[in-house]
Amino acid sequence: MTHRLLASILLLTMPTIAAAQFSPLPIDEMAPGIFVHLGMSELMTKENEGAIANIGFIVGTDAVAVIDTGGSVREGKKLLAAIRSSTDKPIRYVINTHGHPDHVFGNAAFVNDGTTFVGHSKLPRALATRGHFYLDSFGRIMGDELIGEVRIIPPTLTVDGTLNLELGDRRLVLRAWPTAHSDNDLTVLDEKTGTLFAGDLVFLTHIPVLDGSLRGWLKAIDELGGIAAQRVVPGHGPASDWPAALSDERRYLQRLDTDVRALIKSGKPITAAANTAAASERSRWDLFDDYNARNATAAFSEIEWE
Amino acid sequence: MLGRHSRLLEVAGLLLAMQFGAGFAAAATPDSYDPWPGLVQDIFKNRAMNDGAGVIAIEMPYRAEDAAIVPVTLRAVLPPGDTRRILAITLVIDQNPAPMAARFELGPDASVSEISTRVRVNNYTDVHAVAELSDGQLYVTKTFVKASGGCSAPAAKNLEQAEGKLGQIRFRQFARPGEGPSSGAREAQIMIGHPNNSGLQMDQVTQLYVPAFFINELRIWQDDSLVLSMAGGISISEDPNIRFTYIPIPSGAKRIRVEAKDTEGHVFQNEWKVDDSGI
Repeated sequence: MTHRLLASILLLTMPTIAAAQFSPLPIDEMAPGIFVHLGMSELMTKENEGAIANIGFIVGTDAVAVIDTGGSVREGKKLLAAIRSSTDKPIRYVINTHGHPDHVFGNAAFVNDGTTFVGHSKLPRALATRGHFYLDSFGRIMGDELIGEVRIIPPTLTVDGTLNLELGDRRLVLRAWPTAHSDNDLTVLDEKTGTLFAGDLVFLTHIPVLDGSLRGWLKAIDELGGIAAQRVVPGHGPASDWPAALSDERRYLQRLDTDVRALIKSGKPITAAANTAAASERSRWDLFDDYNARNATAAFSEIEWE
Repeated sequence: MLGRHSRLLEVAGLLLAMQFGAGFAAAATPDSYDPWPGLVQDIFKNRAMNDGAGVIAIEMPYRAEDAAIVPVTLRAVLPPGDTRRILAITLVIDQNPAPMAARFELGPDASVSEISTRVRVNNYTDVHAVAELSDGQLYVTKTFVKASGGCSAPAAKNLEQAEGKLGQIRFRQFARPGEGPSSGAREAQIMIGHPNNSGLQMDQVTQLYVPAFFINELRIWQDDSLVLSMAGGISISEDPNIRFTYIPIPSGAKRIRVEAKDTEGHVFQNEWKVDDSGI
């Protein structure tokens, strides 16, 4: 009797002890079984623990899929705590929508025997070429305490065209995209609720960040719009109606494209792009001054080769 | 040489301190050690330098948006009465692993007045431009740039596209508005598709550094008259882009010819008809 009582007490307290180490990340249930933590429109800092991207999880009758793990192992562990306070189903998949630090730095929190990391077929190469550089840069910006424990964990299951993952009562349709926001963008569609996790192919509120191909991204936006979904969880910004959520981003990228092309045509140098391209969009986006000049420089160096 | 080794040691010390959590939390801070005197020794053999005001000017953004593509413009600003000419301009990015970014030689008959290119900046740093004049004098000017990680920043957002344009040379002539027909100055641009690998970008798969592979020589002629030549290094950005203002030879050149060489011995060449339409 005493043993069983002791065992019961231990079983009751252990999850509490584990969860007490990392308080669960605040999450919203966007649709039945679809949970998301909305990131802040900020740069990654020590104070925000890199929690600037939208990350979440989908709960099926058999298993859970995580979509992006955050900007630090700390954030990843808090996401794990949130998952554990919602369900005890096993985490079968951790899907990275692409390889930027705010989406992959929490991966180490999820390494487990039964968990498979999933990503675009070009994600392993992207992490291989950039991982070291990211750890260096963000180590300096956010401090060694937060970044020292980050591990670059590439996917072992990769997607070239599309791939279906089953969670029991629901199917996730994963799709790999040609170079757009990055060269390894992956979207996840939950068929059951019509929820599209678009990764950084979609930005709201937070200025879109160009790290792939402007031409490719504009093309992807057209195709994305054709996907039948009820709502989108973008990489940054609030969950929104679909495809209405695309219009702000389309407008910004088209403005960037138009302005840069005009500058190149009239023989202006790259500095003119950094200083003036898409200036009309300044009041429409958070972090405009942090990213627009860089987007313009990238767009200029891409378009001048056309 | 000693100066440069001391600096490397100091950087190594800083990195070690960071790894053992010695409280470095802020963004990249500049070395307290000033490498410029050592560079004057190494590159310029300690020759005397005059203040470049009124001779040579340099323009770069104070804060670089993308440390791997930082625009720089060098201007020859000798007053009209000065009979000397600028023979060469050396661009030095003091805190870069390879500080001597490029040395431009200006052709004797081209009157190059402006050169723009894009460089990698690895740290918050002074950038110096040193002009060598036909009377043997050196003139120096400088600016300061906040950027970091340019030399080790991963190349190519689009690796497949980068491979496709290796060795391609493009030429463009710009209209020169407001100058009037009497000035005769022309502005043109050469672009070369090349990864210009710095040798400091790591390939995590092999745990080795991607070998340095870059354009080290570039020459531009109008007919047989040299306009500009560049001896370049790893501080020049991927897809070297040189934009320059020059004066066409009086007889009117028929062609612009370019030859570029890289560290693996490739030679890339191209030539174009000069557009005399006064665009």
